[in-house]
Amino acid sequence: MVVVDSQSPPKFGDYEAQRHWMEITLNLPVLEWYRNSTGNDLSYWGLDYPPLTAYQSYFHGLFLRFFDPDSVSLFTSRGYETYVGKLLMRWTVLSSDTLIFFPAIFYFAFVYHSSCHSSRKNDCAWHIAMLLLNPCLILIDHGHFQYNCISLGLTVAAIAAILSQRELLASCLFTLALSHKQMSVYYAPAFFSHLLGKCLRRKNPIHGVAKLGLTVLGTFTVVWWPYLHSTDALLGVLSRLAPFERGIYEDYVANFWCTSSVIIKWKRLFSVHSLKFISLTATVLTCLPSMVQQVMAPSSRGFLYGLLNSSFAFYLFSFQVHEKSILLPLLPASLLALEERRPFKWLMFYGLFSMFPLLCRDKLVLPYFALHALFMLLYHAPCGHGGRPRNARPNNTKFDYFDSFKTFMNGFIYLSSFILHIVYLTMHPPEKFPYLFEAIIMLICFYQFALLAFYTNVKQWSLLEHSTTEEEKKLI
Amino acid sequence: MESSSSTRQLLWFFAIAVCVKLLLIPAYHSTDFEVHRHWLALTHSLPLSNWYADETSPWTLDYPPFFACFERFLSIFAHYIDPQIVDLHNGLNYRANSAIYFLRISVILSDLWLLYGVYRLTKNADVKRRYLIWVLIVWSPALVMVDHLHFQYNGFLLGWLLLSISFLQEGKDLMGGFLFAVLLCFKHLFAVAAPVYFVYLLRHYCWKGLVRGFSRLSVLGAVVVAVFAAAYGPFLYHGQIQQVFNRMFPFGRGLCHAYWAPNFWVFYIILDKVFSFFLKKFGFSIQIPAASFTGGLVGDSSPFAVLPKVIACNRLKQYLKKKKKTQWTWCKFLTT
Repeated sequence: MVVVDSQSPPKFGDYEAQRHWMEITLNLPVLEWYRNSTGNDLSYWGLDYPPLTAYQSYFHGLFLRFFDPDSVSLFTSRGYETYVGKLLMRWTVLSSDTLIFFPAIFYFAFVYHSSCHSSRKNDCAWHIAMLLLNPCLILIDHGHFQYNCISLGLTVAAIAAILSQRELLASCLFTLALSHKQMSVYYAPAFFSHLLGKCLRRKNPIHGVAKLGLTVLGTFTVVWWPYLHSTDALLGVLSRLAPFERGIYEDYVANFWCTSSVIIKWKRLFSVHSLKFISLTATVLTCLPSMVQQVMAPSSRGFLYGLLNSSFAFYLFSFQVHEKSILLPLLPASLLALEERRPFKWLMFYGLFSMFPLLCRDKLVLPYFALHALFMLLYHAPCGHGGRPRNARPNNTKFDYFDSFKTFMNGFIYLSSFILHIVYLTMHPPEKFPYLFEAIIMLICFYQFALLAFYTNVKQWSLLEHSTTEEEKKLI
Repeated sequence: MESSSSTRQLLWFFAIAVCVKLLLIPAYHSTDFEVHRHWLALTHSLPLSNWYADETSPWTLDYPPFFACFERFLSIFAHYIDPQIVDLHNGLNYRANSAIYFLRISVILSDLWLLYGVYRLTKNADVKRRYLIWVLIVWSPALVMVDHLHFQYNGFLLGWLLLSISFLQEGKDLMGGFLFAVLLCFKHLFAVAAPVYFVYLLRHYCWKGLVRGFSRLSVLGAVVVAVFAAAYGPFLYHGQIQQVFNRMFPFGRGLCHAYWAPNFWVFYIILDKVFSFFLKKFGFSIQIPAASFTGGLVGDSSPFAVLPKVIACNRLKQYLKKKKKTQWTWCKFLTT
């Protein structure tokens, strides 16, 4: 299905940043891209993604220069916004999506459904629709303007490669994803632990680890080659990738630090340095259970859960998390959509909700509601079995009370969230608390994310007990 | 049980289409948007007698009276939402969000009539055929592009057509004929189907022996006349019938529209161009106006350089005088 390009005006933020990167990479030599100079003023939307983004900007810049040279000329094109320029930029995102993300999804769907003997054509089609028509991704990439489709596409291809036992290919692809956006590091613990677990089970673990290590290092060298001649250049790039001085959180993202800052004022109590250490420890500790499970009993299904858990851990506890980072846990949740239908729907709903204030600022309210509605309609498609769990447990009267309470709570929170949408759009917050509504949205979303993260961690650990069941044998 | 689930499924198809149409709201729209907005203002602000006579805007009313009444009906809501939409003078080229959203959503809602037509048509079809028809009609990309981008109300009109066909399918010919007559009073373009309807109704409904057949023919005729009387009666009363027909059939616009439809006259145009090119090469002085056919302007006749200009009325009169070749006349008459 074709992705509908939302025709809203591009934002001066990310749109201008991407255009500026095309300008810089086209007109300046490679070594200057991350260095402050007269040609490249880093305080004006300096490059803060790894080199693969820079190379991609270069290619897109070539495309733009062919059709509209004024949009990428050095200095004079700052703030350049014409109809043709906007159209070309949107086409670069659309083409990246179609050329990288879509094939990766098809590869994954092919591998996943060929190994899952009980899957039907309906389920496969439903699954692909859920993956490709991810409203969050569409709104962020095509509305807000970013290139997440490339790094996510590479990651999905890497995941598919792991599922089809091509580990070297997987590590190569994941390294490329990491070199495109450093946020892909959210998935790194899962990849690492799964591959390590797999290697340890083989006859010659050191050999396996060495092969993987060499692939990773080799790919890194190829991509980062221009910056490897001196430590200065390398550190210059790395320092751009991790802007710690921006603080532990910004705006109102539904993660632990921002939500708890309502009570504990982290920024006031601790310095940036100590906060770095605290958040690192918290992230590692939250990742640990999932990593340990994979090292002990690596499996394809466990790997998918591991991805979900490690990305959740990073989202909830990492440094400088954006609202847009909810895309990262959403990806493995969509990959697992057939196994975890309701949690997937929850996560999508609350992920979109957590981005609602951001999208309102971007004037994407209509696309938000239209795409959200489209997603819900496709989820509950009459031909599929949306909403019903695949392996439904037989009804047990003992749990009825708890189930109905859960249903009531869920329904209540859904309704409150829906009402909050309307309230946010129509009412003004009180003078004393200008960000009251954002804070309430953040609290609700954090509560849901925390619950889901806990649930998926438990689910992954429960796989250890079932490590010899049929399902496991089918998927390995 | 079966019908309620199929209704739900049809509604699901429609809801998906609505989401896509909603996403198209801020997208490009053509001058037809201003045309329909002006007609809302026209029918709202002026009395019936001025609808076809008003010249406030170049976008004069050129659809039959029932469509004008439909616009009048919509203008009630438009006035309630934002009075400036229906202001005759201050609303000219009004592009505020209220106008755009109102007009776009009115098209989306009027598509419900198309949905009803599709539902009635496919009620008794088998599952595969039903899904195929639903996909082809409810998700028709051409219809979405013309109605929701370019901006027209064809979904609503096609709903009437499908409804009429669904009644014919059930054997209720009188109702089918009645609905088609109503449709003709909405948009006269559908008169291209009139010969088919005429022949079918004549053969299927009226061909039942001398007395019964003739009485049925009279009933059918009376129904059609009644519909047309309801539509054109008020204008006949005001003595404006000539003006109405002039507006509905603007022959001054020439043989082909500014943007060519892929029909037979394209060859005529090409022939004209080829002749003018070669004749000019051979030294004849031929006046070829620049981009006379591709200029995209709607004006008073795009001139042919070499071949005779095809004027509908002349031809019409000639043919009616010479022979009663009604089919040929219909062709020429309707392709202008």
